[in-house]
Amino acid sequence: MTDDTQPVSTTPLLDRRDERVAHADTISGMIGAFVDRVRSGDLGSLPVVVGLLVICTAFQSLNPVFLAPDNLVNLLFDCSTVGVISLGIVCILMVGEIDLSVGSVSGFSSALVGVLWVNQDWPVAVAIVTALVLGASIGALYAFLFNRLGMPSFVSTLSGLLAWLGLQLYLLGSSGSINLPYGSPLVNFGQTLVMPPIVSYALAALAGVVVFATGYRMAVRRRAAGLSANSLGRLLLKGALVIIVLEFIVYYLNLARGVPWMFGLFVGLCVVMNYALKRTKWGRSMSAVGGNREAARRAGINVRRIYASAFVLCSTLAAAGGILAAARLASSSQQAGTGDVNLNAIAAAVIGGTSLFGGRGSAYSALLGIIVIQSIASGLTLLDLSSSLRYMITGAVLAVAVIVDSLARRSRVSHGRA
Amino acid sequence: MSTISDVDHPQDGPGELVLRLRGISKNFGAVSALADVDLDVHAGEVVALVGDNGAGKSTLVKILAGVHQPTSGTIAFDGQHVVLSDPATALGLGIATVFQDLALCENLDVVANIFLGRELDPIRLDEVSMEIRAWTLLNELSARIPSVREPVAALSGGQRQTVAIARSLLTEPKLILLDEPTAALGVAQTAEVLDLIERVRARGLGVIVISHNMEDVRAVADRIVVLRLGRNNGEFGPDVSNQDLVTAITGADENSVSRRASRRGAQPSREVLI
Repeated sequence: MTDDTQPVSTTPLLDRRDERVAHADTISGMIGAFVDRVRSGDLGSLPVVVGLLVICTAFQSLNPVFLAPDNLVNLLFDCSTVGVISLGIVCILMVGEIDLSVGSVSGFSSALVGVLWVNQDWPVAVAIVTALVLGASIGALYAFLFNRLGMPSFVSTLSGLLAWLGLQLYLLGSSGSINLPYGSPLVNFGQTLVMPPIVSYALAALAGVVVFATGYRMAVRRRAAGLSANSLGRLLLKGALVIIVLEFIVYYLNLARGVPWMFGLFVGLCVVMNYALKRTKWGRSMSAVGGNREAARRAGINVRRIYASAFVLCSTLAAAGGILAAARLASSSQQAGTGDVNLNAIAAAVIGGTSLFGGRGSAYSALLGIIVIQSIASGLTLLDLSSSLRYMITGAVLAVAVIVDSLARRSRVSHGRA
Repeated sequence: MSTISDVDHPQDGPGELVLRLRGISKNFGAVSALADVDLDVHAGEVVALVGDNGAGKSTLVKILAGVHQPTSGTIAFDGQHVVLSDPATALGLGIATVFQDLALCENLDVVANIFLGRELDPIRLDEVSMEIRAWTLLNELSARIPSVREPVAALSGGQRQTVAIARSLLTEPKLILLDEPTAALGVAQTAEVLDLIERVRARGLGVIVISHNMEDVRAVADRIVVLRLGRNNGEFGPDVSNQDLVTAITGADENSVSRRASRRGAQPSREVLI
């Protein structure tokens, strides 16, 4: 009875033979399954959606400029810099480690680009590549300290935080800041370049088509193999929803300047990272190491190499974020990467749903989380609140996010979903 | 030593010899963990390895898993003389080990756990093929796993054991080592795992089970090999009495089991405790 892999219409599907499992095949079933999931602590992106709704209503009622297209375009420009850093944080959190020095690394790389490009007259591309390579080397150094010397990442990156900040100040010297030339491609990219409307509409449509096409191909393969699969209707609905939502957002942004290329770059990185984490052996190994390091080691995964890849990716993305921040501000300054950059990057990943405890996360949590964080920052700026208040409020939001993460984790454990 | 009934049990059932250990010794410094141990395992046979704490069971399993190397002695696998220099060699030859702590990633689903480290198509995971293979393996074991897309954290202890065993079968081993497979399991789950061991045997694999639980051992084993202080201390059939086993394990025929047995009088029926 067990080895009839030939799917005959009368035999149930290979994965639907156990009648004890409830399968959500209808719309109401899907909603029920979603409610069950949330109640058991598998929150997904629910906190973000709720958070964004609260933030938008609150700030919109206090200042109607908040949701104006112009402000949103600015918000997306600002998102992209810390968002890229946050994407690296997602990587390092996946394996259950932390990098507290991303702010300093980003500041260091922005200073480096300023010095090499403006002061030393290097070609801008070479300066950028140098900064990225040095960022990667910093990650490799952390990986060495962690893998070979057993130094906890918390401590090594905390000392890195100071060391790279010192290096940044040293590079900038007594002048304290370097202005990047206006009108240069890098500064244009960070301040003004937006997609032509036609391109943004096309990309939004493409996203929906890709969602549908990959889902459809998977469904065909699964059905051919005798496994349950999504119905065509549901796939079409999903694709259509994606297109409608994205096209509306793009339309709204195009009422102002349009969709920033820098934000496009950030979203592109998120998509690539999501694919790498979800659909490659490397990503599977990252989750495994974050979930149970010993099990991963016994399964033959090279645990040290996985840790090294996480550290290197995190520092490299931090360096990239620093360069984008320099472009955004058209300067490399002593303030770059200091203050709340570190915390915002970590908070964004956690608010978006990446667990501080390792093994759970998604690249899109950086995207969603940074939009929440940046909305708060933008709203508070519009209200003309001082940075003292901004720090306090961002700190509180981070605390709430971590509390939600901890409570959800506890609930997941008791519901068997750890 | 009255009752070590050396039942050499060359049953007709099991197939050819899979594993043959002769004179295996292992010293850790001055301590001799194993001394001159012999062990045979046939295809389609469940051999239980029992013994007190420190009897050398785990050391023997680690030698077979390639974690430790014996100080002296020979290992023949499938008729060939082999040296198990590391875990990968053992696995490559066809010796799979399920350790006591299972080593599953609770945050990953069943398919991901079964294929961990051996995923199909590394840069574009072939989820469909992996899921089919997982279902096929689990169905062959008549496993009761509700869904292979649930994280392992949602499974019971017995189901996790099933996943761990299914995972070890993925490499098509000839010999499978189970270290305390029923420790910390409830009654129903223990029965489930014992069924599972029988089905693994029915696939024609040699099985070595380490257990402290005499009931389980006698329920599923074809032969029971007793180790005591690192040496062979008798080999029994599954119908051995509890008293004989405890005597062989502890080395003393004066213990609570034998006292109660003697209090009951010399009843011919070998009634067991519980």
